[in-house]
Amino acid sequence: MSDTPNAIEALTAHKPSPGEKFFPKFEVTPELVAEAAALVDQYPEGKEQSAVLPIIHMIQEKFGYICPESLPWIAEMCKSTPIHVAGIVTFYPGIHTMCPGKYHFRVCRTIACSLSGGEELIPYICSKIGVDPATITDEEPMAVSADGMWSIEPVECLANCGFGPNLMLNEKLYSQVTRKKIDEIIAEYKNK
Amino acid sequence: MSEIKYLPGKEPHPRETRRIFRNIDRVGYNPSIACFIKDGGYETLKKAIAMEPADIIGEVKKSGLRGRGGAGFPTGVKWTFIPKGNTKPVYLVCNCDESEPGTFKDRFIVHQDPHQLIEGMIIACYAVQAHFAVIYMREEFPEAAHIMKKALQEAEEHNFLGKNILGSGFDLKIVLHRGAGAYICGEETGLINSIEGMRPYPRIKPPFFPAAIGLYGCPTIVNNVESLCQVRQVLMRGGEAYAAEGAQRSPGTRIIGVSGDVKRPGYYEIISGSLTYGELLYDICGGPKRGRTFKAIIPGGASAKVMRCDEKLTGRNPDGTVREMSIFDVPMDLDSIAQHGSMSGSGGVIVMDDSRSMPKVLNNLNRFFAWESCGQCSPCREGNPWMLKLSTRIINGQASPEDVDLLKSVADNICGRTVCAFGEACSWPTQAFTTKFREEFLALTKPINAQKAHNPETAEARKFLTRED
Repeated sequence: MSDTPNAIEALTAHKPSPGEKFFPKFEVTPELVAEAAALVDQYPEGKEQSAVLPIIHMIQEKFGYICPESLPWIAEMCKSTPIHVAGIVTFYPGIHTMCPGKYHFRVCRTIACSLSGGEELIPYICSKIGVDPATITDEEPMAVSADGMWSIEPVECLANCGFGPNLMLNEKLYSQVTRKKIDEIIAEYKNK
Repeated sequence: MSEIKYLPGKEPHPRETRRIFRNIDRVGYNPSIACFIKDGGYETLKKAIAMEPADIIGEVKKSGLRGRGGAGFPTGVKWTFIPKGNTKPVYLVCNCDESEPGTFKDRFIVHQDPHQLIEGMIIACYAVQAHFAVIYMREEFPEAAHIMKKALQEAEEHNFLGKNILGSGFDLKIVLHRGAGAYICGEETGLINSIEGMRPYPRIKPPFFPAAIGLYGCPTIVNNVESLCQVRQVLMRGGEAYAAEGAQRSPGTRIIGVSGDVKRPGYYEIISGSLTYGELLYDICGGPKRGRTFKAIIPGGASAKVMRCDEKLTGRNPDGTVREMSIFDVPMDLDSIAQHGSMSGSGGVIVMDDSRSMPKVLNNLNRFFAWESCGQCSPCREGNPWMLKLSTRIINGQASPEDVDLLKSVADNICGRTVCAFGEACSWPTQAFTTKFREEFLALTKPINAQKAHNPETAEARKFLTRED
């Protein structure tokens, strides 16, 4: 390994985020290996690579995001290569290479939600959780608040179009969201 | 059916026929297997597993069932595309990557009635003799993933899954595979690549469709969630009885999701072709919001071509004469709207009233497609951001009238030049919006803008050539 940074290293480089303090640091334990092996076992013999997405999901659930150190381990578990795993990680918008906050807002901005005012909620949430909407770019659509409690990410269609605007807080879907509802959600989770 | 009670405010409209959505929002219903069995669940499976697989395929073909994922391909015919004399294993994949904007039907099935899907899947797997099946669920349904995992486990405990199902000697394993937020995974070959652990780039087809060469190079049947639930209905009712109901060329019920500017948006299950768009939007959905009128309808998910509400369409009477009609007179089956240049797709109806600016709506769609293009084919990868830039320029008032034609020409040059149907899906909205609402686009443009630079570098280069107006 040379010291010169290349495109791949730049792509998978660690992006520091205040949200990291709410998640454990990536560490390989026998339990983790067993869990990954169980995921690999789901698929037909010789098709270990199919488990790459399930393993990535497992890591993301446990550690918040996919850190560069985990790539070789994921590759080893599903008999792939680190660069292949990096290719998968950087392809999907649902996989984070930067740690989100403890509570992660995903706000739908696609047509149906946008018609019912979903896009206007994004700057409102940003002001409530104290992030600058300008930091949300196509390259890094996620913005994390300084205390690491909150993060926001505009996403495309959450498939609940009839009841917009929709947003997700971690795993929970909220529909027909208003500014008042956002205030309530933030008040509810603030002290949890 | 009179004993079924629904949650207050969620009762079906009298013109609906709830079959697939029978248990959605039902009082006292939960996704557990006990609840499903009490309601007559898995009885159809018992009936089906005693039949010959070829008879099930015959029954589904007889029913005329067409896929509900958007393309509307006959499900039974798809199943027969598995090559004769095939020695490789056969796989079945359930496409639960519902991500077409405007479509929201599968969400309720997998959240509230997962066993219905599992039963349909087992029947379909038995018919095509698949012993390994995958439910590809989009990442945005984390709660449904927990529900589905539990449901699969329950089904296995009751011997509806696993080895020697109900003593028939048929084995089946169903795996839940979660996506990660990519629209392209709804394309069947992209989905297959995603399951294989590759980037979900769609594969070239024809000549080889997934039914011949699919997952791991083996014959693979990819069906939508609703289609698989409909398979259960076909077996429950019998192919001929199923075919007798609804539109002749697309029988059965359809789930329509209505979103946008109507009084009562939501999901409605109707007999295919039993209503017109007018009846759906005025009678069931309550018409436009107070003081507004309908302006445009996208009849089948974001990629369908938009229809103007004041557009004059020509319909043919049974005696061969031609009559004038509007979008509101078009029946809601899979084919009628296609004769008028759009498509009924996955049943997501997006409605816009006269308060909406069409260039803004198109800009939103273009951002969606620019964001979701997988990047495999250059026309789509490059063209979509160009279309987004052009439509943004138009809504910002920085465009010249020629830019409207340029926008359409970019779309024309993506369409038909890509590996998968995304090329069509992303160019149809632009083509339809710029043609049908051309005056709205032109109204936002100024001829002087043609002389102006669009970015600081060109502004510097042109500073002696143009003068501010």
